[in-house]
This record gives sequence, C-alpha cells and structure tokens, in this order.
Amino acid sequence: MLVALALGLPIFTIASFLLHPSNEVWQHLRATVLGEYLFNSAMMVVGVGAGTLVIGVGCAWLTSLCVFPGKRLFAWALLMPLAFPGYIIAYTYTGMFDFAGPVQTWIRELTGWGFRDYYFPEVRSLGGAITMFVLVLYPYVYLLARAAFLEQSVCVLEVSRTLGCSVWSSFFRVALPLARPAIVAGLSLALMETLADYGTVSYFGLGVFTTGIFRTWFGLGDAAAAAKLAAILLLFVFTLVVVERWSRKRAQYHHTSSRYSSLPQYRLRGYRAWLAFLACFLPLFLGFLLPAGQLGIWALQTYDTMLDSSFVELTRNSVLLAASAATLAVALALFLGYGKRQFDDRAVSASIRVVATGYAIPGTVVAVGVIIPLAWFDNRLDAWLREQFDLSSGLLLSGSLFALMFAYMVRFLAVSVQSVESGLGKIKQSMDDAARSLAYTPPQILLRVHLPLMRATVLTAFLIVFVDVMKELPATLILRPFNFNTLAVRAFELAGDERLADSSTAALMIVAVGLVPVLLLSRSIATSRVGS
Amino acid sequence: MTSQLDVEKLDAGYGDLQVLDEVSFALQPGEIGCILGPSGCGKSTVLRCIAGFEQPWGGRILIDNVEVGSSRSNLPPERRNVGMVFQDFALFPHLKVEDNVRFGLQRLDRQQQQARVQEMLAIVGMLAYAQAYPHQLSGGQQQRVALARALAPRPAILLLDEPFSSMDVDLREQLAREVRSILKQENSTAVLVTHDQNEAFAIADRICVMHEGSILQQGSGYDLYHRPVNRFVADFIGQGVIIPATVLGPTSVKTELGVISGDDPVDAEPGAIVDVLIRPDDVLHDDDSPDSAIVVEKAFRGADFLYFLRMDSGVEVMCLAPSHHNHRINERIGIRLDVDHLVTFVRTQGDINLSSND
Repeated sequence: MLVALALGLPIFTIASFLLHPSNEVWQHLRATVLGEYLFNSAMMVVGVGAGTLVIGVGCAWLTSLCVFPGKRLFAWALLMPLAFPGYIIAYTYTGMFDFAGPVQTWIRELTGWGFRDYYFPEVRSLGGAITMFVLVLYPYVYLLARAAFLEQSVCVLEVSRTLGCSVWSSFFRVALPLARPAIVAGLSLALMETLADYGTVSYFGLGVFTTGIFRTWFGLGDAAAAAKLAAILLLFVFTLVVVERWSRKRAQYHHTSSRYSSLPQYRLRGYRAWLAFLACFLPLFLGFLLPAGQLGIWALQTYDTMLDSSFVELTRNSVLLAASAATLAVALALFLGYGKRQFDDRAVSASIRVVATGYAIPGTVVAVGVIIPLAWFDNRLDAWLREQFDLSSGLLLSGSLFALMFAYMVRFLAVSVQSVESGLGKIKQSMDDAARSLAYTPPQILLRVHLPLMRATVLTAFLIVFVDVMKELPATLILRPFNFNTLAVRAFELAGDERLADSSTAALMIVAVGLVPVLLLSRSIATSRVGS
Repeated sequence: MTSQLDVEKLDAGYGDLQVLDEVSFALQPGEIGCILGPSGCGKSTVLRCIAGFEQPWGGRILIDNVEVGSSRSNLPPERRNVGMVFQDFALFPHLKVEDNVRFGLQRLDRQQQQARVQEMLAIVGMLAYAQAYPHQLSGGQQQRVALARALAPRPAILLLDEPFSSMDVDLREQLAREVRSILKQENSTAVLVTHDQNEAFAIADRICVMHEGSILQQGSGYDLYHRPVNRFVADFIGQGVIIPATVLGPTSVKTELGVISGDDPVDAEPGAIVDVLIRPDDVLHDDDSPDSAIVVEKAFRGADFLYFLRMDSGVEVMCLAPSHHNHRINERIGIRLDVDHLVTFVRTQGDINLSSND
C-alpha cells in the first residue's frame, strides 16, 4: 500500500496537470500539432498491435504444438529480438536502407539508376516505425502466448477434437481463448512500450506524444503544457490497462485439469513445413540476424577506437543498474502480489492498478515526475538542516542513483507485477490451504510452494525488467548522476551525431548483454511446463 | 472430558451471510465423524473453521481440550496440528510423491522423515510410486498420496473435504472403506464431509446430518435410517414414503395396510391423524396377504427389485422384493407390512408429503 502510494506519486503529479487551466502554449499546441500526435499514436497502436499479435501468437503456436524443421531452435531464438532496443534497430535499418546505405547503393550500381529514378520505401516514416516496433516487440506476445499454450492441459484440446473440431478450429475455439489472458497481457506490454518509446520516434522525426512532450518541455520550455500532453497520454494508457484487466477478469482460468501429459504434436510435412519454417525464420532474421549482422560489420570497422577502459566501465554500470533494478522490482512485485492474494482488498488492488500504469508513461515524464517531488524534498531537507544545524545536504536524492532506481521502479514495476500476478493466479488456493494445514506459515509457503512453482514466472519478470532497464534511455539520460554513463546513453549520443558506425560497439554490447537472460529464460520456459 | 474434537455452538459465515447456526458435535479419539448434507448446507464451512481457514462468529472449537478458534481468537491453521485432504487433492505439482508426503515433516530429522514417508506410502500402497510426479498418477492414486501427506505429521484431527467426489461412483464406496481402514490403523480422529450417504455409511462411526447450517441429527447410520427425527432426515437418508395413519394408542397406529406397533411413543392423542414413515424394506411381498397393490414402476437392482406400488386408496408405497419375484407393470401383487421401527411425524400446517424417491 505504501509502496504503491510512493510509486504512484509521479503519476499523480502528472495527472494533476490534466486539471490545470490551459495556457497560451497549450492553445497553440491544440491548434497545430495535437491532431497529428493523436493520429500517429493511434496508427502506431493499431499497426503494432496487429503485427505483434499475428507474429507472436502464430510463432508461439507453431513452436509449441507443431513439428517442423528447426522448431527447437526457433523456440528460443525467436526471443532474441527482445534484446534489441527500438532505437538501435531504427539506426541500423536507417543505415542500411537509406539513400546512402549499402542496399540502395547496390541497387543503383546494379541498374544504373540515379537519384529519384526508382521507388524505395522510406525507413524514416510512420510505416517504418511500426515495422521497427513490430520486429522488436513481438517477443512479448510470443513469450506469454507460448507459455500459455504449453501450460494448457492436453485434455481440453483432445475434448475439442472429439467434439468435431479440426486441429485448426480447436486452435481458434479452445487453445486461443484459453491463452487469451496471457496474449492480452503480452499485447498490452508491447503497446505500452510503443506508446512510451522516445528513441525511435525522435530519430525518425515523428510527431507523437512522447516527442511532443520532449519538444514542448525543452523546446518551448513549458512544463505545464508538456505535463498536460503526458496526462492525455496517461488517459490512453489507463484505458488500455482497464481493457486488459477487464478481459482478464472475465477469464480467471486456473489449470483446466489436474492431469498432465505431453502435448500433442502436429507433424507438418512438405510445403507446410517449409511455410512454418519461413514464418518463424523471417521475424528472427529481420528482427535480429540482419541488424545484428550490420552492427557486427560496423563494429569490426570501428572497435579498436571505441573499445577502451571507459567502455568496460559503461558495461559494468549498465549491468549493475539493470540487475539491481530487476531484483528490486521482482521483490516488490512479490510483496504486492502476495499481499493482494492474502488480503483480497479493494484498496490494494486499486493501488496495484495505479502502479501498473507506470509502465506506459514515457521515461521523460517519469523522470520529471520523480524529480519534482524529490527536489522538493531535497530543498526542504536542505533548508531545514541549514536552519537547525547550519549544514547543507545539497541535492541528497534528486541527483543520485536513488532517484534513478525510483524512476525505474515507477516505470518497470508494472512488468514484474503483471508476471507475478498471472503466476500466482495459477496456484490454486487449496494448495495454500494444504501447506498451512501441514504447519507452514505464509512466508514459508511462499518459499517452498509458490517460488518453485513460479520460478519461470519470476524469471520472466526479472528478465524483462533487466532488459528494459538496459535499453532504457530518456529517464537514464535525465536522472543519471553526473558523469555516470551507461551503454544506452553512449549509443544514443553517438547515433544522434550520425556516427552510426561508432555507436555500433555500444549498441552491440547492449544487445549482447540483453541476450544472456533471453537465452536463460528460453531454456527455462522450455522446461518449466509441469510434468515435462 | 476426553474428546479429541469439540465443536460448540459454532456460528460462522461469509460477509453478511450467516452459513452456520449453532453447530455442535464432539468426537472421541480415533472416532471417524461425517458431516452429511446436500450441497450448500454449510458442511465445508465447518471443516474450514476447524482447520482455521475461517474464524467463527460465535461458539468455539476445541482440539484436545484446547480452544483453537472462537470469535475472540483464532489459532492459524499451521499451528493447529490439523491435517486436511482437499477435494482436488492439491498435491504440489513440482514435488515427487515422496516429497509431497515429506512436506509436512520438516520438524523431523532426515532419517525420521524418510522412515515416516516409507511407512505412510506403504500404508496407502503407493511405495512403488515414490519417485513419480503427481501428474503421472490416476485420481485414486493422487488421493492416496494426499491422504498419506495429510496423515504423515500425525495430526490431532484429519479433515477430509468430499475426498471421493472426483472418483468413479463404483470406486467411491471401496475407497471409503479403504480410507476407513487406514484411518483406523493410524488411530486417527477424522471428520469427513460428503453429500453421499453411502460414503458416509461406509466410512463413519458417527454421522451428523446437516441442513441449512444446522445439524438436525447425529448418530450411527442405523439410527439415522431407522429413527430419523424429522422429515428432512427421513427423506435425505435412504428411501421411503410417508403415509397417513390414525393413532390407536401410545405406541401404535393404524394404516391402510394394518396396525403398526413400535417401542417409541407416538406424540399424539388417540384418534389423531399422523404421518408414518414406511421404508421399502418395511413392505413385504406376500401373495397370501389380503392387502394388494398395483405395480406402477419397478427398478431391477441385481439382488432385488424395488417396486413402486399404488394401493386402492391412491397412496403409493415402495417394496423391496427378492429378485426372483419378477412382476409386470400394472400387475396386482399381495403385500403386507413388517415394520421394525415405528416412525411418526405429527402433522403441522404446511407439511407436504414426501415424494417417493429419496
């Protein structure tokens, strides 16, 4: 409850601006760019939603219930794009496909065409941005949908077959509805990520809410109008959260059967097998292999100048920051989830809802939402100390790692809470009761029953937060202590200067570090299905 | 007082809804009690109160003469030394059978744990499956493991919440007898909750019939069948019909099928009209009898036939006849009464005659 209140503070700060009277800048924004922001944001949500849904659910189904060449490999390899931050893949694709990039140059050499002689899709566009987001965000849907498919009891699928459903219609009529809570959760993660992105859209020069907030804040210098934009964005996100919760509430599935056996495997042959192969290979290739390859080539050209002692320090900073944030987020999520389960209380539920909205709030806004109350506290403390003891505490909190960690919690706690809650939902109440009747106290039950059963879920939560923090850009940019740099900040700065090749070493490092937990996780979800 | 379990005037409920109304019963050490009642009568709530998952609104619960639950204080389940077998067994899916059984033995040392696990698995006949995971077991096997897990720490009371409801009907009575012999072997005091009277008869020493949050009657199965205290118990336990009769004296009544005399006094003045419970085994098929009735329906049950008969007055009775007496529907057959226990109910406003099926 207290945790939720503290983490809700920045959100409330921003939300309160919704009620502020509009000023001149706001009138100007409304007359000129607000429509564009709305249109672009809506298009991105629709496009990214459809794209991640098709790719994520499709691949999850293929890799969990069908047999075709490469299936085992794809099962984990499909998660790899998760290691790519949107802005890095955006630089990479721009570098490859823009006018001076290798692809267009090659086409011109091959055909002898010149400038404007041919049509080539522009990477730095709305469509391009949607494509980039789909390529790196589909693993969220894939991850959760696959876990849900693997957890389904074979009985219900067989029942549907005996009731006259074909393999495909039992997918649509049984497996998909059963997996819906998980899919919706994955989708809402992907969409929140889309709405919160700053790096990609600013690099592409797209007018959406996040870039608008940044521009208004730093360009027009109007914090109130920026916060107002943020508040509108918050409304969208809140709608998303409500829709997600509502759909989940109607489908609180426990295990549908207590008996498990290995899942049926539909063997695909001939062209079907190759289609399945292609369907899984394309997202992997476009979302990981191709951009990683390009980054690798750039890195080979520039690594000797970029790889120095400061680079090691950057890496260490990033990993430490991400690991501690992830640990803290998981611990808090367990605390909240367990509290909610134990005392099914409206107030606790409501405060968890509030915390959950943090994920969709752009890092910029979280940063400022954090810094306003913290700075206020710092100033008060400083003033009080001066008055009483003639001491100066300076900016105790607002310029420290504490502020950064606080912002990470505000922003990413939702991820871990969501995973932990859905994991807890799968543990029947009677198991708690059974353990208590065997003389276990609630904390012991958490340790001995819930944790082993939720290992995969907890690992998922840890991993997603870890990778997210690694990739996080705007909040880190604003809140990091003086002279404290991370890989993401470095890569962004270099790419912003159009030194794409130079940024590649840091970018590649982010991707590589992000990959380690992805691989760990993929192994664990492959083996975590009870009974396999 | 030597009771192992005392439930005294227990009131409980959820939110604003009172579910239990002054429920009282007691069990001696080693006694197996059963709470029998239709679904929704509150029987599971009694178990949850004994286990400590719910706090009583009123009354109190004593285990081994120590108060564990009342409206003032409630000992948490983990400190009550109560074992419980759940309807869905609630085995831990991530633990092997032996680790499930070991789960409640954390206070013993390694060697004692192992010995107790082996002992329990042997008792329930699951030694061969010690290394299996719950999902590899059949429902009956899962249930034995759940029973072994609950009994392993030697609980003061074992609670079983409809433990056979997910079993095949054929298996239930057999399993109930098996469970009874295991409980007797371990000398456990146990409370079982069920809606199935055959299970209750097979397992319990003492049965409490519960309806709408109250215990209507408690006793052995024999008592409940032959001396039901009211119409609900008469209807819920066994089959039978209720027919009108005229009171003749303090212990006898006259019915259409003759005079019935019993040991228990009739609670009405001579000449008054009362209702009499007639069980199927009270009506004998006798071709020489002056009384007769028409076969309306019949049910073949292997060793015997259950006939539904209509007498000339229109009153229907049931008759249990050996299975070689095969009569057609609409045939007239001779019957006579042979009632061991006279059960009468005084008529009050609003009483309705019970239908003929259980």
